[in-house]
Amino acid sequence: MPKNPDIKKVLVIGSGPIVIGQAAEFDYAGTQACRSLKEEGIEVVLLNSNPATIMTDKDIADKVYIEPLTVEVVEQLIIKEKPDSVLPTLGGQAGLNLAMELEDRGFLKEQGVRLIGTTSETIKKAEDRLEFKSTMEKIGEPVAPSLVVENVEDGAVFANKIGYPVVLRPAYTLGGSGGGIAHNHEELVEILENGLRLSRVGQVLVERCIAGWKEIEYEVMRDSAGNVITVCNMENIDPVGVHTGDSIVVAPSQTLGDKEYQMLRTSALNIISELKITGGCNVQFALHPTSFEYCVIEVNPRVSRSSALASKATGYPIAKVAAKIALGYTLDEIKNAITGKTYASFEPMLDYCVVKIPRLPFDKFISAKRTLTTQMKATGEVMSICDNFEGALMKAIRSLEQHVDCLQSYDFSDLDDKALYKQLGVVDDRRIWVIAEALRRGFPYEKIHEITRIDIWFIDKLAILVEMENALKTRELTTDLLREAKRIEFPDNVIARLTGKTEDEIKKMRYDNGIVAAYKMVDTCAAEFAAETPYYYSVFGSENEAVETRDRKKVLVLGSGPIRIGQGIEFDFCSVHCTWAFAKEGYETIIINNNPETVSTDFDIADKLYFEPLTPEDVESVVNIEKPDGAVVQFGGQTAIKLTEALMKMGVPILGTSAENVDAAEDRELFDEILAKCQIPRPAGHTVFTAEEAKKAANELGYPVLVRPSYVLGGQGMQIAINDEDIDEFIGIINRIAQEHPILVDKYLVGKEIEVDAVCDGEDILIPGIMEHIERAGIHSGDSISIYPAQSISQSAQDTIVEYTKRLAKSLHVIGLINIQFIVCGDDVYVIEVNPRSSRTVPYISKVTGIPIVPLATRVILGHKLREMGYPVGLAPKSEYIAIKMPVFSFEKIRGADVSLGPEMKSTGECLGIARTFNEALYKAFLGAGIKLPKHKNMIITVRDEDKEEIVDIARRFEKLGYRIFATRGTAKALQAAGVNAVRTNKIEQPSPNLLDLILGHEIDLVIDTPPQGVEHSRDGFLIRRTAIETGVNVLTALDTSRALATSLEDTSIQNLTLVDIATVKNI
Amino acid sequence: MKAFLILEDGTVFTGTSIGSTREIISEIVFNTSMTGYLEVLTDPSYAGQAVVMTYPLIGNYGICHEDMESARPWPDGYIVRELSRLPSNFRSEDTIQNFLAEYDIPGICGIDTRALTKILREKGTMNGMITTNENYQIEEILPKLKEYATGKVVEKVTCAEKSVLPGDGPKVALLDLGAKRNIARSLNQRGCQVTIYPAATPAEEIIAAKPDGIMLSNGPGDPKDCGNIIQEIRKLYETDIPIFAICLGHQLMALATGADTHKMKYGHRGGNHPVKDLKTGRVYISSQNHGYVVDTDKLDPAVAVPAFVNVNDGTNEGLAYTGKNIFTVQFHPEACPGPRDSGYLFDRFMQMMEVEKHA
Repeated sequence: MPKNPDIKKVLVIGSGPIVIGQAAEFDYAGTQACRSLKEEGIEVVLLNSNPATIMTDKDIADKVYIEPLTVEVVEQLIIKEKPDSVLPTLGGQAGLNLAMELEDRGFLKEQGVRLIGTTSETIKKAEDRLEFKSTMEKIGEPVAPSLVVENVEDGAVFANKIGYPVVLRPAYTLGGSGGGIAHNHEELVEILENGLRLSRVGQVLVERCIAGWKEIEYEVMRDSAGNVITVCNMENIDPVGVHTGDSIVVAPSQTLGDKEYQMLRTSALNIISELKITGGCNVQFALHPTSFEYCVIEVNPRVSRSSALASKATGYPIAKVAAKIALGYTLDEIKNAITGKTYASFEPMLDYCVVKIPRLPFDKFISAKRTLTTQMKATGEVMSICDNFEGALMKAIRSLEQHVDCLQSYDFSDLDDKALYKQLGVVDDRRIWVIAEALRRGFPYEKIHEITRIDIWFIDKLAILVEMENALKTRELTTDLLREAKRIEFPDNVIARLTGKTEDEIKKMRYDNGIVAAYKMVDTCAAEFAAETPYYYSVFGSENEAVETRDRKKVLVLGSGPIRIGQGIEFDFCSVHCTWAFAKEGYETIIINNNPETVSTDFDIADKLYFEPLTPEDVESVVNIEKPDGAVVQFGGQTAIKLTEALMKMGVPILGTSAENVDAAEDRELFDEILAKCQIPRPAGHTVFTAEEAKKAANELGYPVLVRPSYVLGGQGMQIAINDEDIDEFIGIINRIAQEHPILVDKYLVGKEIEVDAVCDGEDILIPGIMEHIERAGIHSGDSISIYPAQSISQSAQDTIVEYTKRLAKSLHVIGLINIQFIVCGDDVYVIEVNPRSSRTVPYISKVTGIPIVPLATRVILGHKLREMGYPVGLAPKSEYIAIKMPVFSFEKIRGADVSLGPEMKSTGECLGIARTFNEALYKAFLGAGIKLPKHKNMIITVRDEDKEEIVDIARRFEKLGYRIFATRGTAKALQAAGVNAVRTNKIEQPSPNLLDLILGHEIDLVIDTPPQGVEHSRDGFLIRRTAIETGVNVLTALDTSRALATSLEDTSIQNLTLVDIATVKNI
Repeated sequence: MKAFLILEDGTVFTGTSIGSTREIISEIVFNTSMTGYLEVLTDPSYAGQAVVMTYPLIGNYGICHEDMESARPWPDGYIVRELSRLPSNFRSEDTIQNFLAEYDIPGICGIDTRALTKILREKGTMNGMITTNENYQIEEILPKLKEYATGKVVEKVTCAEKSVLPGDGPKVALLDLGAKRNIARSLNQRGCQVTIYPAATPAEEIIAAKPDGIMLSNGPGDPKDCGNIIQEIRKLYETDIPIFAICLGHQLMALATGADTHKMKYGHRGGNHPVKDLKTGRVYISSQNHGYVVDTDKLDPAVAVPAFVNVNDGTNEGLAYTGKNIFTVQFHPEACPGPRDSGYLFDRFMQMMEVEKHA
């Protein structure tokens, strides 16, 4: 069936801020879909509150609205833009939920707008637990015995009937929020209460526990003519019980015979046919390990994280094809873009093996439980491709950038056998390392399998890696042994460590014997047809397929690896724009990256894509083949920056700011010299290596001081110390992570935190805008609410900022981007941090000012001058809009993580509020972050002593807004003394009713809790904050944020929001 | 032990010997299925050929004898990237290494199967030798390779004598040209009483048994090497008995009714080929294994018209015979290995027999 001619203007709903369970994969899918729609001449209106995404670029959609994802906003937008269709299946669960609400309210019908891609009946059948179950029963597809309950009592009765353990799954939540396995009545009550509240419809499924079965997924597609295909199947190495987003996953399945493979494939196709999905769908199965019994676990009637993975694993562009199907095309009418010869109605065949490993945030949340459950905790993931499983696993491990490069990287050798057996039973992110240790001790496979339920095939593969470790340690390194070690992807540094040789010796031995990486193509068809798209992965011991190209100048763009807290999707935005800008300048572009969720690893972004780990050795292998004319590192975050030195050693010129100058900004002594030369003040500070030195420095500077390691991401390990004890504790934590670089101790200044990004061409700079943080210094810039343009600093301070930026950019010889953070106290401006590279705020500031700073920086890197490109120099004129970037957190997903904000970054994503007035922008930003007030008009305030004076005014404002304020003794006393009517409430350890009861009673909208400075010593505050977060209550831990929230609520004139098409924002 | 794969074009791959160490010459073809290696090995259509598996990890779930599609493996040789040293599956009874050795089938592992596949794709299917002789003389070998032809392999793979699978439903005569077991099983599961005849059975004998339907199976080799069988099939065509044919059976029916076949560059072997039902426009993913194809340009519409077409390369995938209760397909609705999406064709055959019975 050809395209439906009635579809002319489509509203695409994005997925909003990056949170755990909903990450960059939707930017990838959405971007691909928008491009696919535009290719068909469709006018695309895009709505997404996340400014860091590529999909919210004016190049991707015709009209771009970075507005809160609420029903009201979508309704208003539909009235304003009058699209004829809405495509809701590309924005993850958030987009789908919105579309469902619109449909339920009858709004779409009223406006004559149709849902394309998948109908609301289909969505309901797939997402509503009851309907799903009865649909499956109708077509004879087995599901685990289960019951949807709306209260705890029914759940308990049913659980008793089917027997513990039982799995609990709330309906309509992201990434399995609020779900879990209950082993007894007490656990059931706890998880069920929580789940019922988190579910949009107040329903939770209580289900027979199938933990330990094989977890198998199928990505399937269907068109409106009823044609169905399977894109990929995947096997989770971690059996059922761990969320697939937290599992190590392999594609295709490895331990299924054709009978099992086809049985589940047929089932998946039956399901998609019965649900009448038009587009992509993910079906998850539990397969009994010793029989043909299986259960359908879940169906996602939309693109998903798994579909992004499947697309990258096979080369089949699911989102692109889904968008075409939504327009009416059938699979046999859509060309396979990889081969250019075949059609979308075929099934990809792999001639390699793909491994995905989740990137878990336990390095950020030291207090959090590492246990993996059915609730997803990963912030991102890495993927690797190899022609053998061992190699794919080894490559994926070193792609994680978590100080791991082999199966020895987590050391469990100090556990005795008994303890190790016990550790095998712990399901956490280090499980394969525990198994490796067990294999070293000779634990039988059967025993390991019995405890972990991981298939013996995978255990044997880990054993092969352990055997190789041992061979390298004990045997002479012959060329055959080296060849075999490289075939299973042991990196040179690990081989060197195990053999007692140097990395250079290993490399030399390899080169002397021709043991070098070769590149194979991902072509969707196992070489059956010639492919046109150069998408490569490396192997050892095979013929090289990478086509040599010499016709144009070549640039290597280094990606940013897995999404983690502190290094998110914004760096992918920068890498992609840089790649496009180079292509426009006539360069051949090459991307190396390993993140399957991102746009940068889509096969048609760069001229060539190498899906590889970002380590010096892996990059060097690509460089040896491609011999690029230069590399850009300033757009790929710390991941790329860290490769600078290695690239220079390989003889690859670094384009833009030189490596020495990058170093100068990070090296304290060099940097101090430059600041002194530029006559720019910074908070006094010292560089130290030990706790003793740190204490000495701190006492000299006077507490409070800021302690942090140099060369870090997102403020990792950064803390404010108020006394010697704090210093001892922090240095201990910092030294837990391998630390080659010194530790910095700085005087902590209280003031306004200001941030700028600037493009510098060596002579002139362009600052698109000055951003001001609402929270005072001390809270990581990534966790602060950021306002553009700055609202509260003086003209003189602004002039100083521009002047300092100019001086710094010049003396650091910046060619490209620079990001500087300042502290402003009155008219005094101090520099606190300089990063001569692209930053987290680059996408946001580009969009709200309309200045495309990544393309500008790229052209500057190539020698163009700002003046010749027609841009003004210095500070750009202010935009007519005020734009506020609001951090978004995923605390409810990470049990045990402390939610209080500090110098270490904790947010996973961001959203934008943009409007002509400050109050509306702020209101939109809070709304976009999911803070929707008021509901019950009850709040709790409990602040530390030093805040008791300042809280009074804030409390008064909330009181005026009609809030009933509950407070603990000290805070209540302070408030009452100032005439604020606060209800005194018992602390947690005091008898009921106390604070916890109030929170658990579900009548609290908001908790303001400022924790004492320094390390959290009180369990009380921690418990209050955690309970509130897990109960779905908003928690603010900074006074500035609280004040801003009050401001946004006070403006009652904000009834109808004004929607801003960002594609029209211009200020030059 | 080292093993070598020597191709007709002079390319030599060096790997490790698996299974038998016997030296063989055969036609080298590749299969892109990611699962179902045992079904591939025991598919009689591979007689006279050596198979390359493009999926690199083979043997992961071991050998489960009930999945065999015939009594023994048929390829002359087996070529893989890596054989799993430890199979894991609840039904696994043996390793593929032992299985190959047991049936004296030589093979080679540890070679770059993707590079090999690309050669076959670019230059077309060619002959090759698997040997463990390190002192091979390439000049002597190449002429021998060129000489090799698969020959009359149907005779080799068909059953020795007639057998019957009891059933209460329609009586089906299955002409075994190298039939995969699942063809008979698919019919039998639908209630049919299936009588399996050797390939050389005269048409008269089959007709005399008064079957409700005739099934022509898949099988190996060049269809034009089956001259005698084609003649018998012509006689079956002349009757009013409903006929369903798969793969080689499909090609032989076409040849018997005046159409032509030709050898494809490298054939279709795998489980991902899209075929379009020209009557409904629906596309099905099919299991395939063929190196020859029916020429549609020489088709007489008074005799037969295309019923299925391959979406990728437009080659013929099935015929509907004009004025006859006969339909034939190039692909494998019996699956095993591969997708079961076209299994509905057996139901269509059942209906045909039902209708004919009541006519």
